[in-house]
Amino acid sequence: MRFSLARFRAVLVKEFIQMRRDRITFAMMIGVPIMQLLLFGYAINSDPRHLPTLVEMADDGPASRAILMGMQTSGYFEVEGIVTSAEEGDRALRDGTASFVVVIPPDFERDVVRGHSPQILLAADASDPAAAGGAVAAISGIVTTAISETLSGALTYAASSPPPFSVVVHRQFNPEGQTSTNIVPGLLAIILSMTMVMITAVAIVRETERGTMETLISTPVRPGEVMLGKIFPYVFVGYVQTGVFLAAARILFDVPFLGSPLAFFVGFNLYIIVNLALGFLISTIARSQMQAMQISFFTLLPTILLSGFMFPFAGMPGWAQAIGSAIPATHFLRLVRKVMLKGAEMADIATDLWRIGIIMAVIVLIALRRYRQTLD
Amino acid sequence: MSEHAISVRGLTKSFSGRRVVDNLEMVVPKGSIYGFLGPNGSGKTTTIRMMCGLLTPDAGEGDCLGFDILQQSGQIKENIGYMTQKFSLYEDLTIRENLDFVARMYKMTNRKARVDKALEDLGLADRAKQLAGTLSGGWKQRLALAACMIHEPEVLLLDEPTAGVDPKARRDFWDEIRRLAGKGVTVLVSTHYMDEAVQCDYIAYIAYGKKLIDGLAREIPSMVGLSTWLVEGPELGALEAALRKDPGVGQVARFGTVLHVSGIDTAALEKVAERETAKKTHDWTRKEAGLEEAFIYLMAHSQDNFGSGGQA
Ligand SMILES: Nc1ncnc2c1ncn2[C@@H]1O[C@H](COP(=O)(O)OP(=O)(O)OP(=O)(O)O)[C@@H](O)[C@H]1O
Ligand SMILES: [Mg+2]
Repeated sequence: MRFSLARFRAVLVKEFIQMRRDRITFAMMIGVPIMQLLLFGYAINSDPRHLPTLVEMADDGPASRAILMGMQTSGYFEVEGIVTSAEEGDRALRDGTASFVVVIPPDFERDVVRGHSPQILLAADASDPAAAGGAVAAISGIVTTAISETLSGALTYAASSPPPFSVVVHRQFNPEGQTSTNIVPGLLAIILSMTMVMITAVAIVRETERGTMETLISTPVRPGEVMLGKIFPYVFVGYVQTGVFLAAARILFDVPFLGSPLAFFVGFNLYIIVNLALGFLISTIARSQMQAMQISFFTLLPTILLSGFMFPFAGMPGWAQAIGSAIPATHFLRLVRKVMLKGAEMADIATDLWRIGIIMAVIVLIALRRYRQTLD
Repeated sequence: MSEHAISVRGLTKSFSGRRVVDNLEMVVPKGSIYGFLGPNGSGKTTTIRMMCGLLTPDAGEGDCLGFDILQQSGQIKENIGYMTQKFSLYEDLTIRENLDFVARMYKMTNRKARVDKALEDLGLADRAKQLAGTLSGGWKQRLALAACMIHEPEVLLLDEPTAGVDPKARRDFWDEIRRLAGKGVTVLVSTHYMDEAVQCDYIAYIAYGKKLIDGLAREIPSMVGLSTWLVEGPELGALEAALRKDPGVGQVARFGTVLHVSGIDTAALEKVAERETAKKTHDWTRKEAGLEEAFIYLMAHSQDNFGSGGQA
């Protein structure tokens, strides 16, 4: 009574046939990732530009004007007017006519030259923190450039010392400076998790729900043969999804792929398997396809919110980080970003790999303990 | 080697605190056709599932083909064919794909030929590419039957195999069963049809999870000990109602244009017969009690014993 390749193949063939016949599900498996990519990549722009900006200029020397020019050309700010008092600026922020108010203090230029380190205040509408993030991150650089260009002669002595001014920003939420370059690799973690978990969970519960489980387990088939035979076709689906994803990332979003393909390959295989195992575990708990679906969605929420996909991991409170660390997507997300954006090699992702490995071991263990070869 | 194919003792199973199978003992001799009868919800399906390792009994032991039902369900599954009561092949696979899948599960060597032959025997060769889900109810049943026999198992466990099957196909099916039994295959078959019950060599009857009687099919009626009278004549309805109230009569069952009046107390029933015959309105003839009367009697009797609390 040991593992039989023939029976494993039989289950595999059956699953492929069923998958092929279930056209809508199949289409969704390919369609969902593309849809998500397009939505997250294009429509949901967390790095908006041309945000309405008001300026309170108590100094209108060349440096101050250069700063305004710099802000305008950066694309983040659309300078729309001048305010003359702090109250006026506050009102504009409150009623939404402006997203930013920049306050350049009196004698700014003179103080810079004298090394008094004057402060520029950037008041930002923080109600949509993510929206302001990019602009806030950019302001310091803009000011530095503007000053060094206009006051280069006067400032040479201070070139290597701390900047001769400071920009005070009302503390903003800034999710790692999200751009589509950053969000797209993260999406792979979410897409794979979402489809892999749900598909496997449903595929197994479907047998129970339709009653075919009874015939299946009345044959000599072993649990391992069923599990592998059912999981493999979806590994294939995971490959297709990843392929589609990589192509789209490259063609549509110009996301670079800097690191080692091998590291990526190892990582995403491990990640696919851990998600399939999770789906299998869910299928041992759920009694119906509907339940399997619901539990899958239930696991999807923390995956999106606590993995570092939506919000930067480091900014989360301790308890949220603890939960996040138990989620495979958290580690895969880091892995993909490292490999695609930072050019990581195998050695750089070792930590992420073994963390996913531990999560997988735990899930597989529980799933195998829960899998019943009987109808009880 | 043992002379029995299946033997179980003390088999017990509860679902959420309700005993569905209760201390059941059953011995199925090799090469016999063993009928498994009982009202709806009496525990037939549950018993069969325990025999082939699909359910774990709460208590009890037994063996099937010499393999322990608790420890060796793997070996049991390789050597039996189980046809489920509810159609449980894949509706989204074709007829051929279903048969092929089952054949692969048993690692059959000449798979293609076997599947072809099964299709031929079924008379479905020209519809092999039809999805199983689109078959009519009776044809699904026949497909399931073919599927569970494809690996030529030594023991067949058939759970109401002919439910919804037309009379001609039913006859063919029983011819096939008898042919297989002749070759030494053991067949345990649950059924609600009396005309099928009489074709069995042995019969066990259970109600509310308890076995009420088992033995050779032809001996069952005498084991129950019923005497039966056949009553013919006009206005049977009124007579039936009157007889039901008579303390000397155990049960009255109508079969078309005749009444079968039975009772366990032969003398009391004879008195009733004499009295009624004297009225000269109906013909009363003594007849040997049949299986059907026996089972109807057992049913009524078991209800007395267990009350309606055991009803599913
Ligand atoms: N998985 C289960 N969970 C809970 N109760 C169950 C389960 N399976 C069966 N039962 C109950 O056990 C009892 C016996 O069911 P079983 O299917 O064995 O009856 P049966 O004799 O096959 O009936 P039928 O002639 O209608 O097929 C029923 O009351 C049923 O409700
Ligand atoms: Mg049943």
